[in-house]
Amino acid sequence: MSELPGDLLYTNDHEWLRREDDGSVTIGVTDHAQAALGDLVYVELPEVGQDVQSGGDMAVVESVKAASDVYAPIDGTVVAVNEELADDPERINADPYGDGWILKLQPTDGVDESALMSPDDYQALLDEEDA
Amino acid sequence: MGKKTPKHHKHVEAGARIVDFGGWDMPLHYGSQKEEHHAVRQNAGMFDVSHMTIVDLNGERVRDFLRHLLANDVAKLADAGKALYTCMLNEDGGVIDDLIVYFMHESWFRVVVNAATRDKDLAWICEQAAAYDVVVSEREELAMIAVQGPQARELAAPCISDEWRQAALDLKPFYGMEAGDLFVARTGYTGEDGWEIVMPAAKAAPMWDQLLAAGIVPCGLAARDTLRLEAAMNLYGSDMDETISPLEAGLGWTIAWEPADRDFIGRGPLETMREDTTRRRFVGLLLEDEGVVRNHQRIVVEGIGDGEITSGGYSPTIGRSIALARVPAGEYDRAQVDVRGKLLNVRIVKTPFVRNGQIRIDV
Repeated sequence: MSELPGDLLYTNDHEWLRREDDGSVTIGVTDHAQAALGDLVYVELPEVGQDVQSGGDMAVVESVKAASDVYAPIDGTVVAVNEELADDPERINADPYGDGWILKLQPTDGVDESALMSPDDYQALLDEEDA
Repeated sequence: MGKKTPKHHKHVEAGARIVDFGGWDMPLHYGSQKEEHHAVRQNAGMFDVSHMTIVDLNGERVRDFLRHLLANDVAKLADAGKALYTCMLNEDGGVIDDLIVYFMHESWFRVVVNAATRDKDLAWICEQAAAYDVVVSEREELAMIAVQGPQARELAAPCISDEWRQAALDLKPFYGMEAGDLFVARTGYTGEDGWEIVMPAAKAAPMWDQLLAAGIVPCGLAARDTLRLEAAMNLYGSDMDETISPLEAGLGWTIAWEPADRDFIGRGPLETMREDTTRRRFVGLLLEDEGVVRNHQRIVVEGIGDGEITSGGYSPTIGRSIALARVPAGEYDRAQVDVRGKLLNVRIVKTPFVRNGQIRIDV
C-alpha cells in the first residue's frame, strides 16, 4: 500500500481533494479506490460550467468490473475536466493522485474542512476496512 | 470465511484479490484483469477452478439415466472420453444448471457442475438416480486447473507424465482422458484452446507452481468472466436460471429433440415453448456509443417492448462494451440500453464476439 499524499483532503467515498492556489479544488479517486475498481475502461465526465451539489453524483468511473459514481464533496461549479481520460482512463490506475485527476471545481462557499478527512483520518478508515 | 481451494495459499502469495464465489474464497484477479485476459487470448493463462463440482455417476443403467436427466442426449457419446455440453432441466423446462458430461465407459459417466448450484444439483441428481440404481459420488478430493490459450497445451504438457503426454496432446476438442492420477480434457470456458486438468488435491499446489514456472499467467474470476462473455458462453444465474428455458437463453442448440420418444425431464413444456412465436430472443449486443453496459440494464426496442441485459461488460479484446441480452420477439437489429437514465445505442450481432483470438463481429 502506497503512502497517502499528505497535502490532500479525503472523503468517505475514497475521493481526494487538492486546494489549488487559484481557489479551485482538484478532485480524483484514491489509490485504494482505483485498486478496488481494477482496470478502468471509461470515465463519464460532466460539462464544464455545470453546477454540482455536495453529495450529488458528478462523474462515473467504469472499470472492466463495475461502474462507480464520483460524488461532489462540496458545492461548486465544474471549471475543468481531465479530457485525457477519454482516451486513456487507465491514467487513474497508473497515477490516481496525479495524471489521473478527474475534474476541478470552483467552490460555491469555500471548502468545509470539518466535513472532510485528513490523511491520518483516511488512513484510519482504510485500516478499519482492512480489518 | 469461505471454503478454500488447495491452491488458496498460492493465490495469496501471488497477491490475488480474493472474493467470495458460491461459498468459496476465490481469486478475482492478481493485479490486472485486462492483462490476464490478453494473456489467455494471446498466449496462455490458468485458472483455479477447484470450486467446480465433479460428480461421478456409476451403474449399469447410467446412460439411460442421463438420457432422462439431461436435455442433450448422451446417446451422442459413442467414443470413450467424449464430452457433451447440456442443460439439466426441471419439470417446467427451466434450467437447474448447465454442465459438461464425459463418457468414461459404459457404466461410468462424469459430470462437472457449477459451484454455486452444487447443493441443489446433487439433491436433484440423487433424487432422479434412485430409480436407475445409479451411484452418485461427489469427488471433493479432486482439484481442477484450467489452462487456456493458444500456447496453453504446449506449455502445460510437461506437467503430464511421459507415459500419457502424447495422448493428452492428441486429444481432440471436447474429449477427455485419464492420465495416471490426472484427468485431462480439451475443454474450457474462454473460447480458446486449452485443457482442464483434474488432479488429487495434494497435487494442486505443486502443479500450479510448475505451470507458473512454464510461463502460464495466473488469472482470476474477473478475467474468466470477460473471456467467457466474449466467447458468448452463458453464465448460470446470470443468463439463465430455473425460471428460464434453454430456448430463451440461446441454448436451443443443446436440446436434442430427436429421437422424439426420448422422455427427458422438461421435454413437454419445452415442446410447447418451441412453437411459441412470442418467446423472447437471446442475442449478442455491441454498444455503439461510448460507455459500458451492465447486467440487468433495461433494453428498449422502439415500438416493440423492453428486454434486459443478462451479461454486460467491457470487452478487452474489442475495446468496446458487449452484452448478452434477452429481448422481445420480432425482427430488428438495433435497440437502446438505459444506462443511468441515458439511452445508448446497441446493435444486435451474431455471437461469439471473439473466438480463438479473433474478433468475429463487425466493429
